[in-house]
Amino acid sequence: MTFSLFIQSLINGLNQGAIYALIALGYTMVYGIIRMINFAHGDFIMIGSYTLFYTIPLMINVGMPAWLAVFISIVVCSAVGVLVEVIAYKPVRKAGAMSALITAMAMSLFLENLAMLLFGAKPHNVQKIFSLPSVNFLGVPLPLNVILTIVIGVVMMLGLQLFIKKTKMGKAMRAVPQDRDASILAGINVNRVITYTFAIGSALAAVAALMYCAKYPRVTNDMGSMMGIKAFIAAVLGGIGIIPGAMLGGVLVGLIEIFVKLFAPGWYEAITYATLIVILLVKPSGILGKNVGEKV
Amino acid sequence: MLEVKNLEVSYGAVHAIHGVSLQVRDGEIVSLIGANGAGKTTILRTISGLQKADTGEITFDGSDLRKTEPSRIINLKLAHVPEGRHIFAQMTVEENLEMGAFADVKDMAATMAEVYERFPRLKERRRQLAGTLSGGEQQMLAVGRALMGKPKMILMDEPSMGLSPLLVKEIFSIIKEVNKQGITILLVEQNAKMALSISNRAYVLETGDITIEGDARELLKDDRVRKAYLGQ
Repeated sequence: MTFSLFIQSLINGLNQGAIYALIALGYTMVYGIIRMINFAHGDFIMIGSYTLFYTIPLMINVGMPAWLAVFISIVVCSAVGVLVEVIAYKPVRKAGAMSALITAMAMSLFLENLAMLLFGAKPHNVQKIFSLPSVNFLGVPLPLNVILTIVIGVVMMLGLQLFIKKTKMGKAMRAVPQDRDASILAGINVNRVITYTFAIGSALAAVAALMYCAKYPRVTNDMGSMMGIKAFIAAVLGGIGIIPGAMLGGVLVGLIEIFVKLFAPGWYEAITYATLIVILLVKPSGILGKNVGEKV
Repeated sequence: MLEVKNLEVSYGAVHAIHGVSLQVRDGEIVSLIGANGAGKTTILRTISGLQKADTGEITFDGSDLRKTEPSRIINLKLAHVPEGRHIFAQMTVEENLEMGAFADVKDMAATMAEVYERFPRLKERRRQLAGTLSGGEQQMLAVGRALMGKPKMILMDEPSMGLSPLLVKEIFSIIKEVNKQGITILLVEQNAKMALSISNRAYVLETGDITIEGDARELLKDDRVRKAYLGQ
């Protein structure tokens, strides 16, 4: 492999990884708080992408940069995330893990089919979001669009870390997964924390949608399911429930995927998944996970 | 200050508490003693709203606790040091203390300085993850965290559990000191002898019913208590 190809693949892998990482954060944060896999989370990307598809022309019409549409997308996704939790998940929260899991799967199918009803099954092409040139770095052409996408991902992750370390709500979001009773005794309103968690997780999915559409501007009603599965795997790989784990897992899955694609294009998914299975066989609780039983 | 009247609690079909009444007056230390499974912890958890009551009244400082959102109870200045300490293991000692002031961050720095003065060990370890502390230190942290909320009253559940005899002594002397500063205490203990020795009054709970109540000193001499709980 030439140096140039290596650097370009590295950057593509980081780009892909940053997208997975932002999605994986949504899975892991929700799991941390309510011990549930929100299978509809991947579909929030689809909702964010359709929002971009419809709002980018509006932005351009009023003379604003296309990427500002992400803020509308964030609002829409957060609202959908919070509504999904209140309408579908909250009523089954006491009914046990299996009911919650099935509800989440049903919600995923519902969102995908609702989107098909509303927007049709034909792919929609999102307008260009970033139009930056490529620059030459040590003889390697680097597309600044891709670099910018990585930077957005890194800024979002740093912002999230700062939020959960420094703010009151952030501390509450760390406290509840560790000890729900102690959190309530300290005065934390757990329902509010759950609402915020869904809002923030969905907002991150909206940003991931922007990053995804900047690279692959094709929106379909089922685009969320494949990405959702890979991001979920990334979250498990890093250690489900652990925020830095989701970031690490996302970047790893992205890098593995892009590099495997380079050597064995037809095999990349099989090899990516096999690698993940091996890692999980060696360390079932994920890379940053602790090997402890579930607390009772 | 705290009044519990005809409290009944069940877990599904299991009737755990059958009409318990007790009261704690301002400034007292009152202990609730009894065997494992008698329902002591259930009573404290129901007072704090972590467990739903079937019927009965729980009043604290004029507020109806059964109608209070559990996460708002700390705002009434009633704290709870739960059984098994329940510290936030993945947070530092200092963050744990900050969580104690979550409901009311006013004067947090000053209160933290007081807590550190009372527990110098916590100050030494303030940047350490709470999960790495020893059992005794974790218990100190749980008490310190409760004090961060500047409570008028603390419910303490088995503070001596799993501690060495020396630490048990220390924790009981801390409870006495905290009480001297004007904080009322309802103490649940299996270590009946220690509990009675620092309490003003006490209740004995047997499988969900209060069977004996009275002055703590007198209960120390009571034959039934001595046989059943003091091993004499």
